[in-house]
Amino acid sequence: MSLWEYANPKKFMGWTGPVLPWAFGAAGVCLAVGLFWGFFLTPDDYRQGSTVKIIYLHVPSALMAINAWMMMLVASLIWLVRRHHVSALAAKAAAPVGITMTLIALMTGAIWGQPMWGTYWAWDPRLTSFLILFLFYLGYMALWAAIDDPDTAADLTSVLCIVGSVFALLSRYAVNFWNQGLHQGASLSLDKEENVSDVFFFPLLVCIAGFVLLFVALVLLRTRTEIRARRLRALQLREVRT
Amino acid sequence: MIPDLGKYGFEVVSAYAVSIVLLLAIIGLSWRQSVKQRRALETAEARRHG
Amino acid sequence: MIALLLRDLRLATRAGGGFGLGLVFFLIVVVLVPFGVGPETAILSKIASGILWVAALLAALLSLDRIFALDFEDGALTLIATAPIPLEAVGLAKATAHWLTTGLPLTIAAPVLGVLLQLPANGYSFVALTLLLGTPALSMIGTFGAALTVGIRRGGLLLSLLVLPLYIPTLIFGAEAARRGTAGLDATTPLLMLAGITAGSIALLPFATAAVLRINLR
Repeated sequence: MSLWEYANPKKFMGWTGPVLPWAFGAAGVCLAVGLFWGFFLTPDDYRQGSTVKIIYLHVPSALMAINAWMMMLVASLIWLVRRHHVSALAAKAAAPVGITMTLIALMTGAIWGQPMWGTYWAWDPRLTSFLILFLFYLGYMALWAAIDDPDTAADLTSVLCIVGSVFALLSRYAVNFWNQGLHQGASLSLDKEENVSDVFFFPLLVCIAGFVLLFVALVLLRTRTEIRARRLRALQLREVRT
Repeated sequence: MIPDLGKYGFEVVSAYAVSIVLLLAIIGLSWRQSVKQRRALETAEARRHG
Repeated sequence: MIALLLRDLRLATRAGGGFGLGLVFFLIVVVLVPFGVGPETAILSKIASGILWVAALLAALLSLDRIFALDFEDGALTLIATAPIPLEAVGLAKATAHWLTTGLPLTIAAPVLGVLLQLPANGYSFVALTLLLGTPALSMIGTFGAALTVGIRRGGLLLSLLVLPLYIPTLIFGAEAARRGTAGLDATTPLLMLAGITAGSIALLPFATAAVLRINLR
């Protein structure tokens, strides 16, 4: 049996129905454990004080903001190449979740920046890149909302997502070039000296898992909604005709 | 109950509050849309068959 | 393709074609800025190159929705699509026409308006050079955006929302090169990047434009 069969709308509804509560449950458990661990049980950093606890929200949401866009890019490509409707709908479903993650990353970053850098907003490359990503999400969602015909909308937004990805990447490098940053280097690589210490690292991993699971659960839920909306539309069209 | 957050207590708590509110907002929104759509589809299916 | 280009140029320069509106807009924005930030020569000369870039970008944005909308409404676009030239070439011709009627005049006007903003003496050549290099990319990206929104009624605002984020890299490198050149620093790297973006846009975006037009004309 081919993997693609899971993308058939009817099959998709079939297997996601039972999976959904488990996904939400697992996401809830991971987030509860990770955030509780991070908020109550980790020590303060010697330089950052208690603001280090914001990392448990900032890093996972920033990761998911980018991964959500990547997922939309892959889904758009699958739609353009293989014409699986579920794929286009999943891309549409992921955008609002992605923009929420971007917003969380931006706001927690701003709140953290105030005591640490002395300002809510600095035109730091990473902050600026996220603001640009936020604009791209807005444009993508606006284009979906503006077109009536669902297949045309799926096609056009897919092309926009691909072209947008190229330009988002370009913006990332342009912004890096334009202003050197305040951000520290990688905090999550496996072999670096400047890695965050284990005390902070394990709850962070749990939080990241929680955000990933929550994203998956939300995208499944929203995709199911989109499939139902599509089916409803087809039924209504048929009723009008007869 | 709340651990000693030092002088940055407000920042930490507000960051958590903002994030949790936003997460709950997107979950709630998705949930409401899902329920609404399911009801609409069920009535439409019922009309078709009944 | 050349016939299409000439036709678009004729349409744009005819009365009511909108040629010159972009230029007037450019002039007005440049005049408004000193009212906003104050007339001090030191501040103005520091931000002059950046203002000229942002104003030129907005002026180019203004005329984008004319690229395809009129042809789409009166059905000419369908005829053009069935003509024996590839849609990619149509996109390129449209972008060229847009550049000749907005980008080029803006480039020529920018140094003149630089006088109003106290642009330092060595900045004129850099502003003109970066705009000359950068505005073709603006036209090409804009043509893609216009093709994307051609089927949408009242798509003008949406067009701006879609195109402006795509303009960011061009703006950053263009304005950075102009700023560095004006300040007497080495501007080679941003100039090369700017030229790269323009070349890449002209090479790749006609294909995306054609793909989007095909979807919209389906």
